[in-house]
Amino acid sequence: MNQDIFVVIEHLQRKVLDISFVMLAAARQLANSTGGNVTAVLLGFNAQGLAGNLSADIVLYVDQPALAEFTSDAYQKILAGLIQEQAPRAVLFGHSSIGMDIASGLSAKLSLPMVSSCHSFSDDGKYVSQICGGKIMAEGMLPGPTVLVSMVPGGYKAEQGQSSQAPALTNVPAPALAELRVTLKQYIEPDKSDVDITKEPILVAVGRGIQNKDNIDLANDLATALGAVVCASRPVVDQGWMPTTRLVGKSGKQVKPKIYLALGISGAPEHIEGMGESDTIIAINTDPYAPIFNVAKYGAVLDLLDLAPALTEKVKGAKGG
Amino acid sequence: MKIAVPVKFVPDLVEELTIAPGGSALDTTWLRLIISEFDDHAVEQAILLKEHVGGQVTVLTIEAEGSDDFLFTAAAKGADQLIKFTGDFSNSNNHALAHVYADLLKLVQPDLILTGVQAHNDLDGPVGPLLAEYLGLPYVGYVAGITVSADHVVVRKEYAGGLIAEMELKLPAVLGIQAAEQPPRYVAYSKIRQVMGTAKIEERAVASLDTGGTVEVSRMFLPEVAERATMLEGAADQIADRLVSIFRELGTL
Repeated sequence: MNQDIFVVIEHLQRKVLDISFVMLAAARQLANSTGGNVTAVLLGFNAQGLAGNLSADIVLYVDQPALAEFTSDAYQKILAGLIQEQAPRAVLFGHSSIGMDIASGLSAKLSLPMVSSCHSFSDDGKYVSQICGGKIMAEGMLPGPTVLVSMVPGGYKAEQGQSSQAPALTNVPAPALAELRVTLKQYIEPDKSDVDITKEPILVAVGRGIQNKDNIDLANDLATALGAVVCASRPVVDQGWMPTTRLVGKSGKQVKPKIYLALGISGAPEHIEGMGESDTIIAINTDPYAPIFNVAKYGAVLDLLDLAPALTEKVKGAKGG
Repeated sequence: MKIAVPVKFVPDLVEELTIAPGGSALDTTWLRLIISEFDDHAVEQAILLKEHVGGQVTVLTIEAEGSDDFLFTAAAKGADQLIKFTGDFSNSNNHALAHVYADLLKLVQPDLILTGVQAHNDLDGPVGPLLAEYLGLPYVGYVAGITVSADHVVVRKEYAGGLIAEMELKLPAVLGIQAAEQPPRYVAYSKIRQVMGTAKIEERAVASLDTGGTVEVSRMFLPEVAERATMLEGAADQIADRLVSIFRELGTL
């Protein structure tokens, strides 16, 4: 066993995802407390170039055609061998569509402990996880000898995990992958026919508090008055009340408008991931403990169904006057 | 096609969550449990598949307040077999839960196992990939859309930014459901009551739990907020007035 911190680099369509840099920043802090190195683990095919700006002491690179794009089966097989052989102190995965496909499976396969939803590490090397929709934090010692950790964004800035100097890269031989049970057929790009919410300066966002499809009109009226566009959190899209092109959050768009007016959105970490960087966040929610108030600049504990019509009228009045 | 849906119950986030006196766990005195939202979508997706391609749906849960109601509701939606594990689950975690489910699913031998992609209180990783590994099956999560063929499924896996990956898995397989193709259906209480008279919940006693994957929590706390929102007080009208002046200050009106 060594004291190194491994980071499983996430990339799609030949682009390193931001969570990878966030994890490298987290790994650096953790490595400072363990006294080990930060090791980026890059799996790909002709993808050495992706290592260029990773802030790591070393990059372990595995090159195989089956690793060109992420699939759970191939990644898991390669990583199982690597983790077993190298026995680092910790392996960081994204709490993401890639990392969550493989981290807990590896925990079961290798009988290693797993800590999920880790937001940050303390200076003395404890994990701090964000659970219950961002309402509760849990802290504790990282179990050993090797722990697998899935990281949520928010605890570190991506820039902290980037470097202008390319790290040393070591090619790691791995057995050829055969009989894979999961294969990538194709990518389907997002629909571009709808308005692009990432380019709008003012967004009126609706969440579960909107209650039903008819009430979307209240948000539309307000948006029209403000010269804004309506977007939504996951539950609203899952209900089919808004199209996926308007989805903000982890599996939707990342937006950074001048004003983000969140109506009836609790602010689960998956949503904050998509709008936390907005210039001014204004949140309206009936739950005074809603985590959205922790990122908002202004807030009000109020039913959006009461506020929206009143605000629409006042905005119209202000514009008319 | 045999489809199994193992689910879990989680704290209802609509309620205020408080920390127990020991400081390292949630206070369960007034804690209300509900079905994990993603698991509810997994049940719906299973029923939709049954409606499209035929088959049998088995729903499994551990005993919790409301678990019988949940199972009967699933039956009213179209589930064929209802299984409830009984025992002491107070020290349970997802590793233990996956072991319990895997032991039974080895006997049931479903073609497809659908779980919620995550639950909001997973501290030792989501159940789906654990279960897949204990059963020696492939896993793909963040699934919103499934097409079934004879020996494989093609799923739509969601990535950030709206990108979708179409992935093919050999059956049998475990899938982590992000969203069903339709929102979970509403069932009238009269229909659930009707089902209660005919549907049977099979109980399986669990003697001991394998809690090997437990993550020790030394402290639980509410998020420390750097700067909480400036809260606007008053009735809707007054708050609307304040917001209009804020919009003005921000130069948008």
